Amino acid sequence: MSTAAEAPKYDPAYNFAFLDEQTKRMIRRAILKAIAIPGYQVPFASREMPMPYGWGTGGMQVTAAILGPEDRLKVIDQGADDTTNAVSIRNFFRRTAGVETTERTADATIIQTRHRIPELPLREDQILVYQVPIPEPLRFLEPRETETRTLHALKEYGLMHVKLYEDIAIHGHIATTYAYPVQVSGRYITDPSPTPKFDNPKMNHMPALQLFGAGREKRIYAIPPYTEVASLDFEDHPFTIQAWDRPCDICGAEDTFLDEMVTDDQGGRMFICSDSDHCERRRTAGHTGPMTRDAAE
Amino acid sequence: MTSTPNTNALLRASGLSKFYGGQVGCFDVAFELWPGEVLAIVGESGSGKTTLLNCLAGHIIPTSGVVEYRRHGEIMRNIFKMTEAERRSLQRTEWGLVHQNPADGLRMTVSAGANIGERLMALGVRHYGDIRSAALEWLERVEIDTERIDCRPETFSGGMRQRLQIARTLVTRPRLVFMDEPTGGLDVSVQARVLDTLRGLVTDLGLSVVLVTHDLGVARLLADRMVVMKDGQIVEDGLTDQILEDPQHAYSQLLVSAILSA
Repeated sequence: MSTAAEAPKYDPAYNFAFLDEQTKRMIRRAILKAIAIPGYQVPFASREMPMPYGWGTGGMQVTAAILGPEDRLKVIDQGADDTTNAVSIRNFFRRTAGVETTERTADATIIQTRHRIPELPLREDQILVYQVPIPEPLRFLEPRETETRTLHALKEYGLMHVKLYEDIAIHGHIATTYAYPVQVSGRYITDPSPTPKFDNPKMNHMPALQLFGAGREKRIYAIPPYTEVASLDFEDHPFTIQAWDRPCDICGAEDTFLDEMVTDDQGGRMFICSDSDHCERRRTAGHTGPMTRDAAE
Repeated sequence: MTSTPNTNALLRASGLSKFYGGQVGCFDVAFELWPGEVLAIVGESGSGKTTLLNCLAGHIIPTSGVVEYRRHGEIMRNIFKMTEAERRSLQRTEWGLVHQNPADGLRMTVSAGANIGERLMALGVRHYGDIRSAALEWLERVEIDTERIDCRPETFSGGMRQRLQIARTLVTRPRLVFMDEPTGGLDVSVQARVLDTLRGLVTDLGLSVVLVTHDLGVARLLADRMVVMKDGQIVEDGLTDQILEDPQHAYSQLLVSAILSA
C-alpha cells in the first residue's frame, strides 16, 4: 500500500500535470467534441508519456487535461488501488500536479480506471476516466480503419451482431465477457474498454461523466451524464451479467464482481471483491465473509 | 439500343466509360436489363467485363456515363447521384454480388451460419433462432450438409465455398445479382452442380442477373440474353441462342467457334 509518506512530493519544475498548456487545450477540445457526439471516437494528437503505450497513456492524458489543483484523484487497476500501475499513476500526478489523491471512491472527484467501474454508484460531481487499449469495437471483424469509419458514419452495425451470433453458435451463449459492445444514445456502437460486462449496466444513465482515452490509437470518446447505454444482444438471447454462486470471502458481499485468487498449490482458492475500496469499507462497517469468519473462530 | 422513356427496365447503362489513365477499361457501353432477366457479359480476358461489372455494381466510379436503377416502387435513378448511404443500403438489400473467388465474398473466419446470417443482421434481424433457421434453410437449398453450419468456410472445398457465397447473397432475396465468373476456378463436375443449383434458384426467385463470364457454356445454360465485349466495347448483343447459333460480328464468330464441341 502506498502511504502519503512514501508518495513523492510535488515537483514545481514540471508544468502542471506534466503536459504543456497547448497540449491540454488540444485534448480538451477533443473531449468537448466527444461529449457533444456521445460514443463517437474523436482523433487527437496523442503525446508521448513517460511510460509505455498500453499502460494507460490515453487515460493519463485525459486526466492531465481535466485535472485542476482542487481535484482529488483516485486511480484503480483491475478494481484495486494498490496495484503497481495504479500506485505509479497516482504518484505521477502527485509529483507533477501536486493534487491530493485518495483510495476512497466517495472522496474522489476524478477516477482513472483500468478494467473496472467502482461498485459504489458515482455522482454528478465525479468524472470517470477509462484507459482504452483498442477503441474500435469493430476492429477484430474489420481491420480497415477507412471501412470501420464508414460503418460508423452510416450506422451499419450488422457486423457487430455477427460476432455475438458466432459466440452463441460456438459456445451456446454470448461468451463475450469483457469489452462487451454497447450502443450509446441509440447511435454509436462503442467499446466500453476492457471492463467486465458486469459493469455495463452501471454505464447506463450514470450521473458521472465518462471519458475514454486511447493513447496508442489516438482516440478520445465520451459518454455524457445520464445517457442511455444499451448492451447489444439478441431478442432470444438477452444480455446478462456474470453471477457467482458464493459471496466475497472477506466481506461477504453478494452483489460485487469477484476475483478468483489461487492461495496454494493444493487447489485452494478464494473469491474476493475486485473493488478493493468497496471491500475495505464493508469490512470496516463490520461485514464478514466465509474466510474472515473462519479466521475469527 | 433505344432508351425510350417510361421504360420498365430494372437497370440501364448508357454511355458508360471507364479509363485507367490512357487505358480503356470499358467504352461507351449501353444496355438495359429487364426484371427477371439473366444477361451474360461475355468476352475474353482483358475485354473489360469485370470493369463494367464493377461500374454497374457501384464499386468503381465510371469516367463518364450513367447507371440507372429502379428501386422497388420507385422510378429510375442514377446510382452515382445517390448518397453513399443509399448506394450501400441498395447494395446490401436489393442487390447481391457473387465474386469469382469465394474468399472475397465470404467472411472466412466466422462460421457458415454467421456468413449467411450477416445480411439478415445488417437488415436489423435480432432474433438468433430466426437467423439460425434461415441459415439452415439456405444451406439445404444450396446443397451443403446442414451439419456444417458451425464450420468455418476455411474448412470447405472450393465448390462448397461458392455455394455458401451464393446462399449468403441470396438469403435477403435481392432483386438483382451481379456475378463475376461464379464457376471460374472450379473443376468441371463441380461447376455443373453449382450451375444447376444457380439455375434453379434464379428461376425460383425470379432473379435478375448480370453475369460476367468467359465461358460460353455457362452463358448458354443461365443467360436469356448476352452481350459480347471486345477491347472494352460491346460488339454484339442479342438473345443467347441467337448469338451462339448465328453470330454476326467477326469476333463473336471467333469466340463461338472456339468452343470445344462435345
